[in-house]
Amino acid sequence: MKLTLRVWRQRDAGAEGAMSTYEVDGISSDMSFLEMLDVLNEQLILSGEDPVAFDHDCREGICGACSLVINGDAHGPERTTTCQLHMRSFQDGDTIDIEPWRAAAFPVIKDLVVDRSAFDRIIQAGGYVTAPTGAAPEAHATPVPKADADFAFEHAECIGCGACVAACPNGAAMLFTSAKVNHLNVLPQGAPERETRVLDMVGQMDAEGFGGCTLTGECATACPKGIPLVSITRMNKEWLRATRKAGKR
Amino acid sequence: MARTMWDSSVGKKTVMAVSGLIMLLYLVAHMIGNLKIYFGAGEFNHYAHWLRTVGEPFMHYEWTLWLIRIVLVVAVVAHATSAYQLSRRDIKARPSKYVHSKPRASYATRTMRWGGVILGLFIVWHVLDLTTGTVHPGHFQHGHAYQNVVGDFSHWYSNVIYIVAMLALGLHIRHGFWSAAQTLGVGSRARDRALKTVANVLALLLTAGFIAVPVGVMTGVVS
Ligand code: HEM
Ligand code: SF4
Ligand code: FES
Repeated sequence: MKLTLRVWRQRDAGAEGAMSTYEVDGISSDMSFLEMLDVLNEQLILSGEDPVAFDHDCREGICGACSLVINGDAHGPERTTTCQLHMRSFQDGDTIDIEPWRAAAFPVIKDLVVDRSAFDRIIQAGGYVTAPTGAAPEAHATPVPKADADFAFEHAECIGCGACVAACPNGAAMLFTSAKVNHLNVLPQGAPERETRVLDMVGQMDAEGFGGCTLTGECATACPKGIPLVSITRMNKEWLRATRKAGKR
Repeated sequence: MARTMWDSSVGKKTVMAVSGLIMLLYLVAHMIGNLKIYFGAGEFNHYAHWLRTVGEPFMHYEWTLWLIRIVLVVAVVAHATSAYQLSRRDIKARPSKYVHSKPRASYATRTMRWGGVILGLFIVWHVLDLTTGTVHPGHFQHGHAYQNVVGDFSHWYSNVIYIVAMLALGLHIRHGFWSAAQTLGVGSRARDRALKTVANVLALLLTAGFIAVPVGVMTGVVS
């Protein structure tokens, strides 16, 4: 395949960026999107130009590092991560626009790479459990109902990629935060911090400058792991419960 | 607790949801009351008078009415203030647009902000029109609600203002009612369809019910 790529180039965080146009040829439809960008970068290096910076690590859809907005969609046209998107989703001769995640809380570092450490700080605010140290506990010591286990697993799938923020017209991190809160809040292991977790994580989310939820549902449509919009509803419920309890104390 | 509520984006959204639902409840009652216009001046004006005497003898003349007015003003102010502050936050959180952007979200969702502004302006106009009579286009008389309504809708621009506002209201409620359920944490996968249906039915009934009044005057059924 032969493609025209329009890529966001930005020297560093402080520089002005702009879209640059490149042509790539000989792209196989079996290549992943990132492999296609590797081809572009080899071409750029050979011609003495600066290669396009983009985030990636596992390239198997589990680490959440890859983060490209492709033709206006976070992670591109399929419901998957950018690394798991294949060139068969495009046609020979296509023009493809590639941009970084856009949100005030995710500033661009270079080209397509953004700083997602705001997510780390949300996790630090409450995305953990007080783990007892020592030998591994007996598996049957803490029973978890099947429905709760399924619910926790569904939310544990979040890989922290930030596509939800990138897709949200308000740059909100509600879907990510709700996935983390719900994952731990439903489990007995997460019970001791159930109230502080949701209050602190939502507080940190606000402090990082993410927007609020207007329930447009763009986040859930973009999420490569299928975290549903009702996760936000559930987190709101947890937040209200925790606020009520804190008010009584 | 009040501080936690107001300082958090989730809390402020809760304020919006509760104040929105209070206004919605009021609007249902208001719409039903308005439809009495179809039973003639006697019944409509009697109803308008009754609104001032509700709760007597426990309440004094107009006390209940003023109580409702105070609750509504608080709801409108709380709603509009949170809407403004949340919208500012949202716009700041997403300063640069995508070069490749597509139309997103449903019409009702996208019009919450401007639709809300239209409703806010309408509320002011409406009070100045039919409560105080300040901007009423005809001969406004206190205590003659029926005649005031007929006089109002005999002017084309009153009809336009009311009908446009009520269409905006329908859209606002279509997204707003369902949203409020999510904000208050009562939505769920199982209830989603039911909530959306109730939102649509409420939106449709309120819009149709309110618009029935100017349409009644325009067609001469109410005169
Ligand atoms: C002063 C005029 C008004 C303004 C400026 C306004 C503005 C807004 C805005 C910006 C939203 C948020 C939309 C979003 O988050 O996507 C909203 C939500 C809402 N509005 Fe209004 N609105 C007004 C009047 C009304 C009225 C008269 C009602 C009565 C039915 C109402 C009911 C609601 C409800 C139930 C919500 C949902 C709250 C939530 O998302 O949890 N609003 N409004
Ligand atoms: S909720 Fe989905 S889109 Fe958001 S960070 Fe987690 S995996 Fe990525
Ligand atoms: S590179 Fe790890 S998820 Fe895409």
